[in-house]
Order: sequence, then structure tokens, then C-alpha cells
Amino acid sequence: MISIEEFTKGLEVEFEDVEPGTLTPETNYKNIKGWSSMHALIIIAYVDSTCNIILSGADLKSAQTIRDLYNIVIEKIK
Amino acid sequence: MYSHIKAISYHLPEKYFSNDDFFRDFPDAISQKENLLKTGVEQRRIIAPDETASDIGVKAALRLFEEHSISPDSIDFILFCAQEFDHYTPTTACIIQEKLNLPKHCGALDFNLGCSGFVYGLSLAKGLIESVGAKNVLLITSSVLTRTFNKKDKSSIFVFGDGAAATLISSRETKGIGEFIFGTDGSGKNKIIIKDGGARNKISENSKIDHPDEYGNITNDSSFYMNGTSVFIFGLKTVPAMMNDLFKKENKSIEDIDLFIFHQANLFLIDAIRSKMEIPEKKVFNFIKNVGNTVSSSIPIALSEAIKEGKAKKGDRIAIAGFGVGLSWAATIIEL
Repeated sequence: MISIEEFTKGLEVEFEDVEPGTLTPETNYKNIKGWSSMHALIIIAYVDSTCNIILSGADLKSAQTIRDLYNIVIEKIK
Repeated sequence: MYSHIKAISYHLPEKYFSNDDFFRDFPDAISQKENLLKTGVEQRRIIAPDETASDIGVKAALRLFEEHSISPDSIDFILFCAQEFDHYTPTTACIIQEKLNLPKHCGALDFNLGCSGFVYGLSLAKGLIESVGAKNVLLITSSVLTRTFNKKDKSSIFVFGDGAAATLISSRETKGIGEFIFGTDGSGKNKIIIKDGGARNKISENSKIDHPDEYGNITNDSSFYMNGTSVFIFGLKTVPAMMNDLFKKENKSIEDIDLFIFHQANLFLIDAIRSKMEIPEKKVFNFIKNVGNTVSSSIPIALSEAIKEGKAKKGDRIAIAGFGVGLSWAATIIEL
């Protein structure tokens, strides 16, 4: 199962426009610079390709931090 | 007798709108440039204020007749797929019949669909040829969606472009248009919608009040609205499942398909679908860079380019899938 560290690092790589090393599990990802719907799509695509889980709009709305997102994914994998 | 796609041509409006134009109009969007470029769109065409969906549809059909030496006299049915029609009544396809000088024994029908419209149109044409005895069906798809955008709706303005395609579906003795999968989920009607201005909701003062969505994108109830996140999730869930159903129905697999052409929603979504389905990159043809998402015309425009580039050849088996507003989706396999 993917670890929180791998998950955070993987998302950071996918975001591309985020400085390496700035994303942590506690980052409120909706506050990152230039946050847009495209970031939401990147998250959905990343979670689908790495965990085979398709997040819902409600999942994205309820999660604040990367850790919240990770916990939702882990819950769905179970 | 079977049906097949015999020829395709398309027409784009004159006015260009490039990414440079976009970032000039939305300087704040520069910080999102890298992500916006993931959609694969670099320029689009924009309909003129005095031009209609049927005008560019007629131009696409005239180009089809000219490029492929087709006589208007040979057409015995016209199907017009759009979301903007010339008048409340009569049927726009009837008006097009006169403009194209099509014979009076020609049947004419409008239908209102967006991104799934081309595939639905092929199914109607197939039925007309294989069940009703038509020989040449002219399918015109046309989209002028940019006209409906709120001037502040940068997401829609970036992704969509206007355009029309004309496709001739004809009878022949060998199979051309295969089985279909259709799908509809009206519970998703609000995901892509222009709420006010139709019969259900009249335009009111409230219709003009701008409101931002959760990502700061602005629109109002008399303008086009698309929930990009929901539509992305819809595409990712629906399209691979639909293609699996189609493969089952046709007793085929990815290996049997020479080329895939998905509705050109945006490259990021198409690539997510491709990756989920494990389709080799070289089997997917895209044409969005210079035209944007042209809604019901995106598949025929891409197919026409694939044929021109030699990526789709006679005898090839091509899987096509449309999905979008409705929510509505459809897929089929064609043999050129």
C-alpha cells in the first residue's frame, strides 16, 4: 500500500508548478499558489492511476490537507 | 445493405483566439499556465456574432461536396446535430435542405446533443440506411458554444472552440458502422448547463448575476456552466466501462482496434482514459491543439485529420467514443 510520504511526493511531482519539497502531508492543498480546477483533476487522475480509486467531488470538497485525502483513499482501498 | 462513413469535411470560423490572446485577456491566469497547457489547446476559432451554427454547418457541407465530388442530388436524408437552432420553429435541417439545394424527397431532422452527438448521429444514419433504405445520409454537427460563455469564465474560454463537420454516411455491401453502446444520466443535467433562457427558466434579473464556483471560475445562470471536476470524474468512470461493454458486444479487444478517437474534451482527460484502459499511445489519435474542444464536431474533425495524415486508412477498424452534456455518452466501432 502506498505510504503517506510516497503519496505526497507523487502528488508534488504531478503538480509540476509546485516547488520540490514544499508539499507535506499537512499542506492545505487548496491554498497552493495558483490553485485551480486543473489541480483537482491532477489529484483525481493521480489517485486513479496509483491506487485505482476514483475520488468524488464530495471527497475533494471535504478534504483539506494531503493527509485528509490520503485517509479517504486508504478508507476506499479497504 | 450496410452503412459506412464515406467522406468527412469540416469548416472552422474565421476568427482565431490564441493562448497569447487568452493570457492578454486573463493576465492573472499566467500562474496557471503550465496546468492549462495540459489541456493540449493552443488556439481555437470563435464564431462571428452574425453567424449561426447552421451557417458554419452549411459551409462544412459545401466543402464536403467540393472536396469529395459529391452531388447534392445524391443526398436522401440530412441530420443536423447542434445546440443552437436558427428559429424556435421550423426545423433548422429544413432550412439547410434549401440552402444546400438538396432534393425535395430528402428527409430532414434536427437533434440536440453535445459531445456524444456525432456517435448518436452515426447510429441514426445507420438505421436509416440499413432499415429504411436511405443511400446517402448527410450528418452535420455544429457547435458555437463560445457564444454562450460568460466573459469571465476562463476555464471554458480556454478549452472550447467553435466548428462544424459534415459527414457522408453511405450504403455499401460490406460492414462499416458496427454495434453501439449508448448511455444517459439525466441526474447529471446540472453538470453542464445553461440554466436560464429556455422554456423551463425565463431570463430574469437574477440570471445575469455572476457567481464564482469553488475554484474561482465565474459564470451566471444565463451563461454556459460546466463543473469540470465532475465531468472529468464522469469521463474517467464512464468511458472505460462503455468501451469494455462495446468490446464485449463486438467480441473484440484493444488489440483488434487500429485507432481510438475519443471526444476531444481535453488531452489531460483523454490521456487519463487511455492510461486507465492501457491503450498504447500510438493507437490514440488526437486533434485539439489548433481547434480546442469543438463538442459534437470534435470526433469527425479528428477523424478527418487522421484520414488526411494516413493514420486512419481504408479497412482500418476505429473505435470512437463521445461523452458529455446530458449527461450522455455513446461509442461504436467503424471500419473505413
